[in-house]
Amino acid sequence: MSPTDTANELLKVRIWRGREQGRLVDYEIETRKNQTVLDVVTEIQHRLEPTLAYRFACRVGVCGSCAMTVNGRPRWACRTHIKNVVTDNTLTIEPLRNLPKLKDLVCDMAPFIETWQKAGAPFSGTATRHDKPAAVKPDSAMRLAADAALQCINCAVCYSACDVVNWNPDYIGPAGLNRAWTLINDVRHSKRELTFELAFGTGGCGSCHSHGNCTRHCPVELRPSESIAGLKRAAFSGLPEE
Amino acid sequence: MEKSLFLAQRITAMILAPLAIIHLGLTLFAVQGGLTATEILNRTQGNIGWALFYSLFVVCAAIHAPIGLRHVINEWTVMPRRWVNALVIMLGGVLLLLGLQAVAAVY
Ligand code: SF4
Ligand code: SF4
Ligand code: FES
Repeated sequence: MSPTDTANELLKVRIWRGREQGRLVDYEIETRKNQTVLDVVTEIQHRLEPTLAYRFACRVGVCGSCAMTVNGRPRWACRTHIKNVVTDNTLTIEPLRNLPKLKDLVCDMAPFIETWQKAGAPFSGTATRHDKPAAVKPDSAMRLAADAALQCINCAVCYSACDVVNWNPDYIGPAGLNRAWTLINDVRHSKRELTFELAFGTGGCGSCHSHGNCTRHCPVELRPSESIAGLKRAAFSGLPEE
Repeated sequence: MEKSLFLAQRITAMILAPLAIIHLGLTLFAVQGGLTATEILNRTQGNIGWALFYSLFVVCAAIHAPIGLRHVINEWTVMPRRWVNALVIMLGGVLLLLGLQAVAAVY
């Protein structure tokens, strides 16, 4: 990094250290012109705190592994520029809410992944490898509904943003229900009825308060609350049809 | 089960909304110039229309409220699910009983 990168101002960074029991530790690094939250955490680990634990992989918003709580809101660290989130020249960085804390900024993602199973997520095909690929019309209502809800990067930002997940340990949460909605709109899925039953089971979409915090925070601009509304509507109208 | 409860709650809400508006509207209208028990009884006694109106109201409320309360208790307390279910079923029964009794009393 050349000296011109820096604006010579010091950025105050408070980072959660420890597990469930832990504390915020203060660091100071130089503010740079172009700096993401992931850059900040990386710089602190490289220069000040070699034992700091955090997760990332792609650094470009594809893998979904870098989510953390930044100044109180869940965000993807690699695509969050600090100039958009810093307040009083301070960043407070904590692990995601609603997941067990493993070490520093790293959470146990297993409970989140389990909610996908609970929502009937495994795809189960109607055809074998010997059949022709199914013809799905790109402009069919089901395809359009599924399209709008695909591309989830499994980052758990929505899961962390959802208050009902926080209150109700049975609640599947936005990402799992969003996935269920894509499946019941997939003509190739042989267990649409079962997925629908599970998505509407205990802790299913009936528990959602529709306050939309998931949609507000999803970094790839999916709308889990709309998918959940679709599931609820299907309780009246039956499974979607092509 | 959850789906049936969800449907029951939403359908009763759809019925309750207009009933509640009519009830409130009527109360506001009737209360002008004071309201006496005789006045109310004059309107309701022997009037099968109002009796049916309020019976429907009571039945819907007795279905709607316990389902909502069940969610609230499950979210805010650690009470075991079965207890919660028993509690809200009882609440529904009480609402139904008291409500229908009140309807019968003014009929
Ligand atoms: S809309 Fe539903 S899933 Fe989304 S944050 Fe609110 S309660 Fe959670
Ligand atoms: S729906 Fe959005 S916020 Fe939720 S896990 Fe998927 S990409 Fe992340
Ligand atoms: S590191 Fe892959 S999404 Fe941020």
